[in-house]
Amino acid sequence: MSEPTTTTVDVNGHPCRVWTKGSGPKIAFLAGFGGLPRWIPFLDRLAESRTVIVPSLPGFPGATGHNILDTHLDWLVAVRTLLTKAGLDGADLAGSSVGGSFVAEIAALWPQSVRRIAMIAPFGLFDENDPATDVWAQRADDVPALLCAKPEAYKELKAIPAGANSVEWPIEQTRAAEAAARIFWPLGNSKLERRLPLITAPTLLIWGEADRVMPHSYADKIATAIPGGAKITTIADAGHLAELDQPDAVAKAVLAHVS
Amino acid sequence: MKMLWFHLMPYTELPDDFKEKHPSVWVDIHSSLFDPKRAHHMYNDFLDELEYAAECGYDAICCNEHHSNGYGLMPSPNLIATALARRTTDTAICVMGNSLALYNPPTRVAEEFAMIDCISGGRLIAGFPVGTPMDTTYAYGQNPSMLRERYNEAHDLVMRAWQEKDTFAFNGRFNQQRYVNIWPRPIQEPHPPIWIPGAGSVETWRWAAERDYVFCYLSYYGYKMAQTVMKGFWAEMDRLGKDRNPYRAGFAQVVGVAESRQQAMDLYTEPAEYFYGRCLHVDPRFASPPGYTTEATQRVGLESQVKMAAEASKAGPSAQQPSAMKMQSLARDMKGIVDNGYVIVGSPDDVTDQLMELAKTLNVGQLMLLMQFGSMSKDVTKYNPRLFAEKVMPRLKPLFSEWENKWWPKPLRVAERAALPAFAGSSPAAAE
Repeated sequence: MSEPTTTTVDVNGHPCRVWTKGSGPKIAFLAGFGGLPRWIPFLDRLAESRTVIVPSLPGFPGATGHNILDTHLDWLVAVRTLLTKAGLDGADLAGSSVGGSFVAEIAALWPQSVRRIAMIAPFGLFDENDPATDVWAQRADDVPALLCAKPEAYKELKAIPAGANSVEWPIEQTRAAEAAARIFWPLGNSKLERRLPLITAPTLLIWGEADRVMPHSYADKIATAIPGGAKITTIADAGHLAELDQPDAVAKAVLAHVS
Repeated sequence: MKMLWFHLMPYTELPDDFKEKHPSVWVDIHSSLFDPKRAHHMYNDFLDELEYAAECGYDAICCNEHHSNGYGLMPSPNLIATALARRTTDTAICVMGNSLALYNPPTRVAEEFAMIDCISGGRLIAGFPVGTPMDTTYAYGQNPSMLRERYNEAHDLVMRAWQEKDTFAFNGRFNQQRYVNIWPRPIQEPHPPIWIPGAGSVETWRWAAERDYVFCYLSYYGYKMAQTVMKGFWAEMDRLGKDRNPYRAGFAQVVGVAESRQQAMDLYTEPAEYFYGRCLHVDPRFASPPGYTTEATQRVGLESQVKMAAEASKAGPSAQQPSAMKMQSLARDMKGIVDNGYVIVGSPDDVTDQLMELAKTLNVGQLMLLMQFGSMSKDVTKYNPRLFAEKVMPRLKPLFSEWENKWWPKPLRVAERAALPAFAGSSPAAAE
């Protein structure tokens, strides 16, 4: 697995890391809860036929500047700026969990800026009758199995690399959870439902069959709210962060949708 | 030295198997455990006990704010403080305090504290806690990533509201009000003394010192465990060029006094084991919402953990550990509770000696005494402070007399104060 090239773009005076790998038409990926402290096999699968560009959202690993964003409008403008500066205007847009929510927002508010979109179990909705799990009220030991069907996949993502700073690494992981909290505390509900009717891009929804965070019923809610509907693909043996559990299957579904 | 009598107002009838059958005393404690008819008696007992402490001669009586909490039945300490203001005359009333970010708009705090200051004739000590994660982010749903920013802004708004003479517009990041003009206004000029409860955060020490506020370390774990934190606090005061006036600092200590050490053990074992066993049983999933602890404080905590691991030193609650996390590693039997120094129990001589040591080693002039704890009965809750007031208080009072307590309320002169009528409603039939 070769390393991507790393560049940095400025959003509101704060650096945001942008990874690039592969060749062919561009596809963006916005990471899920916890962010991407390291490159993952799922991105390699995408890079086999596409130029994969992975910008880090403010406050997620590789980026700062979350704590100057106070409102959802602040966040939307920051993410739009990040995508534009990363050269992603007009590209296919994919995202998971927290990042998946921004995929929907960008496609709704700036429809000309995206080609086709794919979302893996996005945040943004809350149904009292089928509540999403509180990801911020968990014992630390329970988090990997909450987010992934294969807890080791999440543990590997978050394990401190040899030689890394043993103080700054855990702070970066906590910051990622804080950034997600800053956007979605306490219920994960950003009232995304109100903006879904503005989406015109062909839409794919991916859900891990064993997602313990976002109820599968939200997929139908989202698909129903989008005027052109959405294709829903369920991935076996995958949890909330399905791209960590089943990199091949998720990448295959995304690539089939954008090809 | 000032001695303040602090009541947490615990629900005193949590079941024996509470710790085994229920995940948490806080946030999601089950409503079936709460009997309002029993709480009627608890609240009235607690108020009696606070009034009794005032009669015994404590310098202040204290209450505080908790939400969805089985050991703190005061979602609104201001209601309690107001009731106390009407039934006491000279004792300071310490509200420790109002969690500023939970009030919308925060001028509500400026108003209610001004009311208490007016009703009490200028006896209010105004506490401004950030609030625990359990209270603020989980029970009250505040965003942990914005809590401190909101707290800071709310503080600025309240202080301006108390001091500016003309109606003003507040154009804050989180609060915008076109017309800020609070009525009533506090008696104490320029404002009541401000006390800041906190833990081992250098940022909080600095923030309080820059504004010349009292810093209070409200720990349940006793003065021996508090040495590192208070040493750090005073070292920071030195760095900032502040004097070592002991009245800059407050500390909470659980105390049980009796005629002999054995009698003290007999009286206080049950309530102490109830407090540490049931009241401090908090689910660790509510321990550390991301963003609640600043990155600077996380850094200090992680660096000391790395250091501690390297030195393989003994484990124990550290200052930077989130409170609910700390509560997981507690001693819960009386031997451990006493050996670890959470509770000071003993004869008047034992207790005096230990509190002298506390005062000197921590250099704390504002001593907050938790003398009702856990399931302690009303009789014992009167015995404990009475004996303390007779046998211990006189020996501690002269401590630090060389220092001026600049952070104490300045009430109206007695001649200027309203006369309180004698309490008439003695018969329960009167209400029917």
